[in-house]
Amino acid sequence: MSRAAGDIGPAPVTRWIIGALVGAIFAIPLVSTLLYTLQDADGALTLDHWISLFSAANPSVIKPLTAGLGNSLVLAVVTVVIVIVLLAPTMILVNLRFPGMKAAFEFIALLPISIPAIVVVVGLTPIYLQIGRTLGTGAWTLAFAYGVTVLPFAYRSIQASIDAVDLRTLTEASRSLGANWATVFITVLVPNLRSGLLAASLISIAVVLGEFTIASLLNRQVLQTALVVVGKIDPYASAIFTLLALTFCFLLLLALGFAARGRSRKVRS
Amino acid sequence: MTSTAVPNGTLPVGSGLRAPGRRVRRSSLAGLGLAPFLVYVALFLVAPTIIAIGSGLFAKDGSFTLASFAALGDPVILATFWNSTWLSLLTAVVGALVGALVCYALLGLSPTGFVRTTVDAACGVLAQFGGVMLAFAMIATIGIQGVLTRFLRDALGIDIFADGAWIYALPGLIPAYLYFQVPLMVITFMPAVAALRASWAEANLTLGGTRAGFWLHVGLPVLAPSFLASALLLFANAFSSYATAAALASQGSQIVPLQIRTALTSETLLGRENLAGVLAFGMIVVIGVVMCAYALVQRRAARWQR
Repeated sequence: MSRAAGDIGPAPVTRWIIGALVGAIFAIPLVSTLLYTLQDADGALTLDHWISLFSAANPSVIKPLTAGLGNSLVLAVVTVVIVIVLLAPTMILVNLRFPGMKAAFEFIALLPISIPAIVVVVGLTPIYLQIGRTLGTGAWTLAFAYGVTVLPFAYRSIQASIDAVDLRTLTEASRSLGANWATVFITVLVPNLRSGLLAASLISIAVVLGEFTIASLLNRQVLQTALVVVGKIDPYASAIFTLLALTFCFLLLLALGFAARGRSRKVRS
Repeated sequence: MTSTAVPNGTLPVGSGLRAPGRRVRRSSLAGLGLAPFLVYVALFLVAPTIIAIGSGLFAKDGSFTLASFAALGDPVILATFWNSTWLSLLTAVVGALVGALVCYALLGLSPTGFVRTTVDAACGVLAQFGGVMLAFAMIATIGIQGVLTRFLRDALGIDIFADGAWIYALPGLIPAYLYFQVPLMVITFMPAVAALRASWAEANLTLGGTRAGFWLHVGLPVLAPSFLASALLLFANAFSSYATAAALASQGSQIVPLQIRTALTSETLLGRENLAGVLAFGMIVVIGVVMCAYALVQRRAARWQR
């Protein structure tokens, strides 16, 4: 539903002046970071920093980064599993069987926005001591904490797609045609909610790749903590990985945005 | 048990045909399905929060005490809370104003158009996933060896560090925080701006009003609660933000989250026990007050967003 707000919108000149001004200011740090990685000590342009980073000539720099990235990717996968296997079915259940609890569930799901990660981590320390004793100190265990961090983001994506389909009718129709709950879930509900599940997964990946607070204070090695460690030895390597990670997250969100755009077009036509 | 929001053109099938007894039993069985998630949230959200807040309330031997809270009266801690407050307030106000200006510039563009989609994605990255990486971008730009620093020094003869390396201290957090506050404002305030109705502007013009009159008497009053709500959210966001500050201000603990880091990593800061818990409690109180105000203002704002 596009609104013809031409009457209240700014004149094209105003629009472009504001856009160009703010856009330019916000581009400065990113362009500077790129230039920073492309300059040698005298300020001449060079690709040395990029080449030396990826030529593995400097294991003290690349090793923590690849280890951190590896851990972050494992965490991203486990967090997505938590979202898909734990959060999504619960949300479907609440929407189908306990619609009266929807408001309470939303409150819980959005709660992590109001509780700073730095506060949660104070209380997570003793809990992770216990987890370390029972499940070991593998990098993946941090995903339990990350599942809560991504909760508000994942909740919004999944709820949006639940609201867009009529779960009740779909379920009742499949049930009266003789499908059992597992069949309903896998062959009817998941395909109908795939856009929300995909969005929730991609956002969760972006959040996990960017998370620093909890990992750092629980002494875990992830991409962001590796960036800080490496930044003290070789600031160029951190700058390069910063650019790559920000670009990756931007492309993830852009893909999400354009996917949603394609869908809403289809619905409208 | 009928759904209150059945979309048009669908038929409610089958519901209500089952025997009541069966429904009750099935219901309790379905209730069991909620258990895993609730246990998970209890373990990893509720428990840590309670432990964090509660750890300030109990002495080492487990007895209840308020003694730890004396730390909140410590001049160092008070100064940290004050630093956090003015930093959050400043970046929330500036971020809200600049963000609102961007929202105005985006007004009238299709929400699914190329520009809005791209701006949304860019804002999402900067506002929600930047953290440590924004600190590195700042160091590469206005650090001692930053590109902009060198350009200003070599080309224009301006030394931005004439008064010392402020980028690694409290003032350095201001540009870094604005770098995620403005995008967050765009994300949170844009829906309210986009909900302004063209019909209101038409009505205003039909009744002989002017464009400026529309903004003065209709646009701004309608948007004011949403603006305030978004600004409160920005304040809470800055107040609880840790990653950017931790990567930028590697020494010292000028703001509350950094003070918590110090309290967690060194046992006897200021010779006080449970300092991390007490600080966490203080943070929760501040954020709690701000979020309650947010909820109240948001309720007022929601009147116009239907």
